[in-house]
Amino acid sequence: MSATGIAVEQHKDYIGAKIGMWLFLFTELLLFGGMFLLYSVYRSKHPAEFHNAAAELDTIVGTLNTIILLTSSLTMALSIAAIHRGNKRLCMILLAITIVLGTCFLVNKYFEWGAKFSHGIYPNSEYLLSFEKGEILFFGLYFTMTGLHGLHVLVGIIVLTVMLTKIINRPHRGVVFEGVGMEKLQGAHLAVLGERDERVWESEAIDETVRSVAISFKYLPVGKRIRVEEYANLETSGLYWHLVDIIWIFLFPLFYLIT
Amino acid sequence: MGNRAIAEHAPAAGFYEEKGRFSGLFAWIFSTDHKRIGLLYMISILILFSVGVVFGFLMRLELVSPGKTIMEPQTYNSIFTLHGVIMIFLFIIPGLPAAFGNFFLPIQIGARDVAFPRLNLLSWWLYISGVVFALLALFTGSGPPDTGWTFYAPYSTQTGTNVSLAVFAAFILGFSSILTGLNFVTTIHRLRAPGMSWFRMPLFPWSLYATGWVQLLATPIIGITLLLVIFERLFGVGVFDPLKGGDPILYQHLFWIYSHPAVYIMILPAMGVISEIIPVHAHRTIFGYRFIAYSSLAIAGLGSLVWGHHMFVSGQSYTADVVFSLLTFLVAIPSAIKVFNWVSTLYKGSIVMETPLLYALSFIFLFSIGGLSGLMQGALSVNVHIHDTAFIVGHFHYVMFGGTGFGFFGALHHWFPKMFGRMYNKTHSRIAWFFLFVGFNMLYFPMFILGWMGMPRRYYDYLPQFHTWHLMSTIGSWILISGLILMFANLIRSLRKGERVGSDPWGGSTLEWSISSPPPKENFEEIPRIDHGPYEFKGASKE
Amino acid sequence: MEDESPKHGLVGYGTYFLTWFALLVLTALTVTVAGMKLGSLSILTAIVIACVKSSVVLFFFMHLKYEAPVFKIMVLVVILVLAIFIGFTFFDVSFR
Repeated sequence: MSATGIAVEQHKDYIGAKIGMWLFLFTELLLFGGMFLLYSVYRSKHPAEFHNAAAELDTIVGTLNTIILLTSSLTMALSIAAIHRGNKRLCMILLAITIVLGTCFLVNKYFEWGAKFSHGIYPNSEYLLSFEKGEILFFGLYFTMTGLHGLHVLVGIIVLTVMLTKIINRPHRGVVFEGVGMEKLQGAHLAVLGERDERVWESEAIDETVRSVAISFKYLPVGKRIRVEEYANLETSGLYWHLVDIIWIFLFPLFYLIT
Repeated sequence: MGNRAIAEHAPAAGFYEEKGRFSGLFAWIFSTDHKRIGLLYMISILILFSVGVVFGFLMRLELVSPGKTIMEPQTYNSIFTLHGVIMIFLFIIPGLPAAFGNFFLPIQIGARDVAFPRLNLLSWWLYISGVVFALLALFTGSGPPDTGWTFYAPYSTQTGTNVSLAVFAAFILGFSSILTGLNFVTTIHRLRAPGMSWFRMPLFPWSLYATGWVQLLATPIIGITLLLVIFERLFGVGVFDPLKGGDPILYQHLFWIYSHPAVYIMILPAMGVISEIIPVHAHRTIFGYRFIAYSSLAIAGLGSLVWGHHMFVSGQSYTADVVFSLLTFLVAIPSAIKVFNWVSTLYKGSIVMETPLLYALSFIFLFSIGGLSGLMQGALSVNVHIHDTAFIVGHFHYVMFGGTGFGFFGALHHWFPKMFGRMYNKTHSRIAWFFLFVGFNMLYFPMFILGWMGMPRRYYDYLPQFHTWHLMSTIGSWILISGLILMFANLIRSLRKGERVGSDPWGGSTLEWSISSPPPKENFEEIPRIDHGPYEFKGASKE
Repeated sequence: MEDESPKHGLVGYGTYFLTWFALLVLTALTVTVAGMKLGSLSILTAIVIACVKSSVVLFFFMHLKYEAPVFKIMVLVVILVLAIFIGFTFFDVSFR
């Protein structure tokens, strides 16, 4: 099966998109940073109480959730790797697994929170207010930080689902030249090149009678590289997903492992 | 006469004439064109600025004589809160970057638009939603917020007034500000015209770049802090509540980790504007270009390390006091570098005293007073004496209004002909400037004296011995407002009646002066290639 | 304009599996160390391991290793800023 290599200039700045996403991730990092600041101060003030309160949390559930999120990061990265190789089916399967794993994380979280609530431990509950001050703070931070993190996982799941539907629904990618872009093509031929740059197909010359040129490509599952930039959206969503993972990498020891 | 000739042959009114997908109002509020978004911001910001001015006017009127004059104490509390929230979150922080930055950043670096035009529009919509929530907070719930714009815990977490909604509004505004910063930083990284290396970039984009980073890195901190206040009020989480072990001083830390750098979000773009105005009207290349560029970054960096100087009497540790006091003195260095370079640029320049230059010069004067009085407060012992007095109010009005406000008006007069293709009445604009300058000093300078004498800030009443200075200050507010009315009347009238101008009425050398006024939709027919620095005047001559 | 384009081709599936495996090992390590009752050292080791884990995620899963220097500088600056924000607060908290 021969691959297509159409050299078409696209006016989208993928590196710009990536810079934008990184900048956004920085703001997310600082958002959680504010809470890490509170955590570190309160922990330094009440080490014993934090120690006792952390014992209330289930390390096994925490570890399980860590493994789930790490694995979802793996499948996310693999899914991008798959689409880089033009393997749409594998990409979709991996993306779906990522979404399922993210959901598992949230379900676990739900049961974990539910158990705390049923023990009467939730912000401002009478039972919690009877605790030591440091423990009240620990649970205040626990619910805020893991809650906000859970919200980010939820957003991530939604974003990835949107990406998945996009990839399912858009097997073709069309490029249309009209108006302004046309003068670049004036007098030129469009050609499809094969592996050794030989012309597989060539159009007639484009002159001023041609109003617009529509090209659509199909991504075929061949082991041939497709331009990396085409998948910028999936890559940037992946970056977000990994950041959520990084936040959890810190939340996990700080809340579950300091007993 | 020369201008008349241009008027007849002038092309259609630039990007204003462009037909898009929508027409009428929708062509504006759904436009992703950076120039339209910049103007949208400018209009919304100026409307809110007028509202803020009215609140300020009412406060001054209340203080014209001791005792109750026109309002109840609780009303006064709400009014100074609203004045602060509106002026800071709705006027100064978005002011220069969102209005003039949006309009001129892409043009000055030779781009057709910002990196993410749709995100840009979203950021305006977020701004408007923030405004709507802020207004809702006034009229719903149990009374408008009375915490001051700082929303200090534990009062903000306990007062019965409608703080949650106001805080949520500030959260959304913060998000809008982040998106603007994100957009500008990416734009400057990616969309500079071919040949425009970092050091061929004009200084206004440089200042926006530094500002963008502060917006990106500091704003999330206030975001989470405000969210925590909301959580505290809704769920009683307890992180700032001493009864539950929380530490209200940490609120102040988190608040100022953002809000001190926010001062630099306000002032840096204004410094950028001054760095544009001075070389153009002195017709001389800027002195110490690299120093001005680097000092923007230095101010952004150092400015992020000094938040503790707002908390000298809060009960923070003495060690922290000393560290933050020292760092505060260091910030003065990059600011002074800028001032010296501007003054040196004027030396032996071919100065033409146009209105923008008047604003730029008053910026230097007023900002220096504001900055130096800031150093006084940075000294620990002095700070204890003047903390929370009118001295502080005088100081930050000199920096924010005298600095950023005058920078904003300077930008307005400098770029008005470019944005609208018409010139305002120069005589009237000079008279307006005179009223503003005199009124400003008369309004705010007495506050330094009052504060030194011991007049606390945010007080509704005062002792009889403060009366003279308060009276003078109130009269100053009337002069200032007359100046504002005159200035806006002149500019609004000139939108239709002003004389048409060509592409370069001042003899400027940066890219915006190379395209027609108002700019065409795509800014540049062909993206220019840059092979020289931004302020090289070659036998500069006026049209 | 400086070169901000990535300088890599494709990262192999194997690299990702290795990264994942390393992360799991580090997780196991941090859980084990936490059980060893090291006292004040336990928080330090937990943080250090978390830092190592997140760098692994940053460099491999998030491709930072293959990006242009400008990305690396940005990430470094941001981490530094966050560290300063937290660190400077301790000028107050530790000496109060």
